[in-house]
Amino acid sequence: MKAGSKLERMLESGNFTVTGEIGPPKSCNGEIVRHHAKMLKGYCESYNLTDNQTAIVRLSSIGAGKILLEEDCEPNIQIVCRDRNRIAIQSDVLGAAALGMKNILCLSGDHQKFGNHPTSKNVYDVDSIQLIKILDGMRNGYFANGEQMKDEPPKIFIGCAANPFADPFEFRVTRLEKKADAGADFTQTQCVLDMERFDRWMELVRARGLHKRIKILAGITPMKSVKAAKYMNKYVAGMMVSQEYIDRLDKAEDVKAEGVNIACEQIEHLKKMEGIAGVHIMAIAWEEIVPEICKRTGLDPRPEV
Amino acid sequence: MIIAERKPIEEILGLLSRHQKVLVLGCGGCVTVCLAGGEKEVGILSSQLAMARSKEERPLEVVQQTVERQCDFEYLEGIRHIVKDVDAILSLACGIGIQTCAEAFPDKIVWPGVNTKFLGVNLNVGEWAERCQACGQCVLDKTGGICPVARCSKSIFNGPCGGSQDGKCEVSPDTDCAWALIHDRLTRLGEVDSLREIMPVKDWSYSRDGGPRKLVREDLELESGK
Ligand code: SF4
Ligand code: SF4
Repeated sequence: MKAGSKLERMLESGNFTVTGEIGPPKSCNGEIVRHHAKMLKGYCESYNLTDNQTAIVRLSSIGAGKILLEEDCEPNIQIVCRDRNRIAIQSDVLGAAALGMKNILCLSGDHQKFGNHPTSKNVYDVDSIQLIKILDGMRNGYFANGEQMKDEPPKIFIGCAANPFADPFEFRVTRLEKKADAGADFTQTQCVLDMERFDRWMELVRARGLHKRIKILAGITPMKSVKAAKYMNKYVAGMMVSQEYIDRLDKAEDVKAEGVNIACEQIEHLKKMEGIAGVHIMAIAWEEIVPEICKRTGLDPRPEV
Repeated sequence: MIIAERKPIEEILGLLSRHQKVLVLGCGGCVTVCLAGGEKEVGILSSQLAMARSKEERPLEVVQQTVERQCDFEYLEGIRHIVKDVDAILSLACGIGIQTCAEAFPDKIVWPGVNTKFLGVNLNVGEWAERCQACGQCVLDKTGGICPVARCSKSIFNGPCGGSQDGKCEVSPDTDCAWALIHDRLTRLGEVDSLREIMPVKDWSYSRDGGPRKLVREDLELESGK
């Protein structure tokens, strides 16, 4: 065990694992985080707390993580490379560990151009792969400069993202391999809205034996509207929605219900897929649907580990 | 080369509002090539300024001059006699030329007439693109001759990030993804496997982050007998 988090224990047990996501608010109102924690409690092993997602200033992921701990939910702290240099990141990692947070997810971060402070300066002192390496060094007792820690190292279970829907397609597998090489223990993929492409990507992953080196959780996002699906497909870089799903939503009488149907079918499909360790359900601004999805797919109740 | 773009005329008129006589000083280097501050642009801007001010009935006397290179003290020496008689200098050189000018003429106001944009290349008529950020420790040997520092929107070293699609960067469909370019070029050269290696964290101390940089070459100093 690297950190002994619930997430790590579940993944190690071989049970199909479930993680969720909570987007902190654009205010200091921690009750919003608490409300979502209470709503999702017991359905997931751990909950990602986004780090100023889409470059919009929000309650910090570590701050939100503390609230989750109070609610007896396990946080997965996201850290993006956009806003902090290696000094600030390492300091935050120590802070998070001191508060009892054990899972950290390393990301590049969306460019600030899309956020609410597009005139700001970005940092990118390190990139997401280098960040994984720094965290791996830290848990082994070394700072990024090679200096040995005088005290107990932070216990961290390291995560990363993988995007099978970005390009160049085959290199996306190499990039996951680099993340595994850097020390990542698990990966959560971009939301799968094109299963055919995801299947092909997983074939390449398995061909390289990567699924044996890093736990892969497939991203699930229930779609709420046809418009949103089309928009994501067309305008969001690194996202793809298959025509099949768009057509199904288009024809459906109850679009939201069909979105949930698709998500549940995907989970059933993924349960059987070799190399998939679980799912990461991202239903930002639709958190209340998560329990239903988990119940329908038999992911609730969660096994004890 | 250094790419610059002339500041808007209104902004320049604002800068010069309290002067009666100015020197519009061009440079024969990069800004001539990128059509921002060479002899021709000096001429055009000078007449625009004079015209605008005479309309306001506050005439401005404009002296025009273009030196070979404004970032060279030597060339600035030759215009000392002109500088003496003007209220201020409007420099159309890049930020380096403007500063050299200010340093050469410590008692004279020097205004910037251009926005210095980046170190780049001329792609098409009227189109320039960034290529280098002078990071101080070049990594082009590892990236197929395509710079991730200047050309990746996030300056990452192990790209492409998850926002790369169809060869374009997540920031705009008009921006090539540097890492897609790197990947494609190394594939063409049969060296794409080199990208499997993790590029280590960069030592930014060679870049601006280490404080203002200075280069001293002792071999040349010795040679010149200093
Ligand atoms: S690596 Fe550094 S020196 Fe080389 S082209 Fe890029 S910014 Fe310029
Ligand atoms: S899309 Fe490409 S160029 Fe843009 S930030 Fe990502 S890796 Fe860099």
